[in-house]
Amino acid sequence: MYNAEKVIPFIIVLIVFFTIPMWLNFGRLEAIPQPELPKKEKKCIESKEYMRAYHMKLLDNWRKKAIRENQHVYVASDGKTHTISLQRTCMKCHTNKEKFCDKCHDFVITHPDCWDCHIAPEVAKKWQ
Amino acid sequence: MAIKRRDFLKLTGLTLLGTAASAAVGDLLTRGEVKAQEYTSPPEALKGKRWAMVIDVKKCKEGQKKGCGKKCIEVCHYLHNVPSIPDKKKEIKWIWEDKFEHAFPEQADEYLKEVFKDVPFLLLCNQCDDPPCVRVCPTQATFKREDGIVMMDFHRCIGCRFCMAACPFGARSFNWFDPRPYVKKVNPEYPTRMKGVVEKCMFCYERLAQGKIPACVEACPANALIFGDLADENSEVSKILKERIAIRRKAELGTHPSVFYLID
Repeated sequence: MYNAEKVIPFIIVLIVFFTIPMWLNFGRLEAIPQPELPKKEKKCIESKEYMRAYHMKLLDNWRKKAIRENQHVYVASDGKTHTISLQRTCMKCHTNKEKFCDKCHDFVITHPDCWDCHIAPEVAKKWQ
Repeated sequence: MAIKRRDFLKLTGLTLLGTAASAAVGDLLTRGEVKAQEYTSPPEALKGKRWAMVIDVKKCKEGQKKGCGKKCIEVCHYLHNVPSIPDKKKEIKWIWEDKFEHAFPEQADEYLKEVFKDVPFLLLCNQCDDPPCVRVCPTQATFKREDGIVMMDFHRCIGCRFCMAACPFGARSFNWFDPRPYVKKVNPEYPTRMKGVVEKCMFCYERLAQGKIPACVEACPANALIFGDLADENSEVSKILKERIAIRRKAELGTHPSVFYLID
């Protein structure tokens, strides 16, 4: 390799530069988002792990079933039934979008457009 | 160019490997999903084959004389967060009122016009049996449900407005801007719409799922609106249509509207 004594250090500098955010936050626990969980309910409609990983898929299926197939009730894996509605079911327990949804969504810089139409509880409160 | 036996075997091996790998990756992506999911319709939901509405215009006129204050429009627009936009060119309406000659332009016979001079005609989406809006929608954002309701899936609407051009009744409105500032009193149970989508009456599908009749029908103090299943011989709407004279808007276009106006 030509100019190895220049090229290799420069590659190392580049790697360090691009991973700066990782090193700066290394081991810092406060960087991990802490969404506020409902105080009254202990369990969501499915397990915590499932909801964490697949809530977006679940919500998308809810939309398809309720609007396109006229199936307005979800039977969870524990047999309990829930009305399919973001505003009338989810947000009755998760009463604050900013303290729950936005915590993680902001952290991973994702911008779901649910709230362009659906009304967050805190927004509805201010509106009245 | 002939392929060598050696290259052929190599390619075959690679293809097999690729197939196996993609199957494994697919498994990884769906791992942990709960399989035992079911969807049903609630037991209290109203079920029908072809929902229809009959509007008794004379009762409506009497009701307005007694001062009903157009409760049907008020309740509908409150429940569905329909904005009140003063600009007529950009207004949004789900249910509204117009004169006979505007609702039935092809029948604007001058003597009929005289008969219906002060009679209000409530207009809304006709929930056509053969809806032209559904035929032109490029994304299937609007579609006909099995119970006859012409639905809107706002999530899929791209705002092309083909449906508005196709609808002969002007039943669809377009959101030229964010409608939220024009919603004075909000119903927190129902969403609003956003800039760039088309909206219209959907026969209160969300209330039917809860076992309730449409809000306008329930709100009318004069009982001028009647809701029911046209496919059911014994429903109230079927019985009324057999006995009395009803007309539909622009029936000659063959869209088969499901909203009838009693004129006798």
